[in-house]
Amino acid sequence: MVEPLFSVRGLKVALPDMTRKPLIGRAPLAEILKGLDFDLPRGSVTGIVGESGSGKSTLGRALVRLLEPSAGSIAFDGRDITHLPEAGLRPLRRDLQMIFQDPMSSLNPRRTIGSIIAAPLKQNGLGDRLKERIAEALQRVGLPQSFASRYRHELSGGQRQRVGIARALALSPKFVLADEIVSGLDVSTQAQILTLLEKLAAEMGLTVAFISHDLSVIRRLCKQVIVMREGRIVEASATDALFENPAEAYTRDLIVAIPLPEIDAGWLDVPAAAKAPT
Amino acid sequence: MNACLEINNLSAVLPNGQRVLRSVSLSVQPGEVRALVGESGAGKTMIGKAVLGVLPSSVRIVEGDMKLEGEDLGKLQPKARRTLIGARTALIPQDPLTALNPSRRIGPQMTDRLVRILGWGGEKADTRIRQLLDEVQIRDPDRVLKSYPHELSGGMRQRVLIAAAFAAEPRLIVADEPTTALDVTVQKQILRLIAALQREHGTAILFVTHDLGVVAKISQKVSVLYAGKVVEEADTVALFAAPQHPYTRALMAATPRYTDPFASLKPVDEAVLAGLAAEIAAADQAWRRPHG
Repeated sequence: MVEPLFSVRGLKVALPDMTRKPLIGRAPLAEILKGLDFDLPRGSVTGIVGESGSGKSTLGRALVRLLEPSAGSIAFDGRDITHLPEAGLRPLRRDLQMIFQDPMSSLNPRRTIGSIIAAPLKQNGLGDRLKERIAEALQRVGLPQSFASRYRHELSGGQRQRVGIARALALSPKFVLADEIVSGLDVSTQAQILTLLEKLAAEMGLTVAFISHDLSVIRRLCKQVIVMREGRIVEASATDALFENPAEAYTRDLIVAIPLPEIDAGWLDVPAAAKAPT
Repeated sequence: MNACLEINNLSAVLPNGQRVLRSVSLSVQPGEVRALVGESGAGKTMIGKAVLGVLPSSVRIVEGDMKLEGEDLGKLQPKARRTLIGARTALIPQDPLTALNPSRRIGPQMTDRLVRILGWGGEKADTRIRQLLDEVQIRDPDRVLKSYPHELSGGMRQRVLIAAAFAAEPRLIVADEPTTALDVTVQKQILRLIAALQREHGTAILFVTHDLGVVAKISQKVSVLYAGKVVEEADTVALFAAPQHPYTRALMAATPRYTDPFASLKPVDEAVLAGLAAEIAAADQAWRRPHG
């Protein structure tokens, strides 16, 4: 059996709870992730789903080590990166790429699209043939070469997200974290971006952690799914199995709460499951 | 019988002359839910604002009329118009956190409208609000009324605003993406509540949404908008059985469905967008001729 790209054991992350911060002094820590065990298999897209506050984004940030775990371990490509300091992480950064939710705020307004895509290339010693590489990165996401000289405000939301994808994939990384990358987009644009990511992930053999609140999208894109709730994994399984036969009531509740675009006169009469008090 | 809301041939322009509403006509019958569905820039929120008389000052209505229970809003003096709109309509906004004043407790914010605009006595308003909180299944009204907005969850805040909207027995409610910011399970609870209260009170709702799934569940009638133009209008059941306009069909095919993952999430065909652009251009040209 092939070794998974990520192997996560007993992962805990605690962050300062600003709502309980005293006027003077440090905020007390709140445990956001409460002990997670899972693997991310190589070359496939894994969905991470959960409602707001479930810890799915925190999990993503821990995987790419934007956050340091407070307990447990993260092994990436056979190497323990749990407490690796920034200097030790730097050589790994090219393999740990991110696409963010809001391309407007994740693209520098004062730099051209070309220079945004060039930055990671230069940093990783790929500064030669830069023009060519930028053109290649743009072409990969279906944007014309002329976009290299534009600024983010000259682009539509969908085009901006394409740039976000181009930047993340420019270094041919092993892993891509995609955190709610279409939640700000219209459905027609959302379909374009997701089918693009789907195609590129397959072509490049990428391992992707696809964080989303939308189970319909997850079913299409992901091979396996991790369902999260309140900092814990509720259920993790192959996508088809999860939808056809969810093991947990919570997963079933999440699925049936999705309003499908079809007439179903009784849908509103069936109560949505009571939420656990938070 | 008069329609609850009737919009005829409504056009609105920006200062540069660009039309943002393009000869919009639609009606909402008493007790009926009409969905306005479209993508960003389609003008769906703009229509809601026009009805409530809160269009941004840069947008000018240049043609058409709006009738609220038969009364032509354009023919009323501004004060009379505001009074009429205030008495007969209400809004359920998208983001309950920004719609509520963060520095005031929920209770006075909810009774304010009844006391100050409708002239109710404090006690009557309080009784009414408690009755509505009960209808939206808030079981501890004392705590909620004493809370500040940030002390409630998103779902609770939206319940409070739904209760406030129904409290004065409006004839028409404009619901502007009321569940967009919520998790799916909470969204379902809120949609159930809106549907139940709407049926019980016989209120008409203009329901603005970008989500065809929500349209299918909540509405009886639907107007599909693109660039400020109604491209298709139908009974909701008919629309989902046989969408007529290519754009409606494209929107449906683009919407992801977990029941049919590979038949959904289809990018909108360039030809459909080109067709839409041509349709809009032709409509604008035809409109400009008599309007110089």
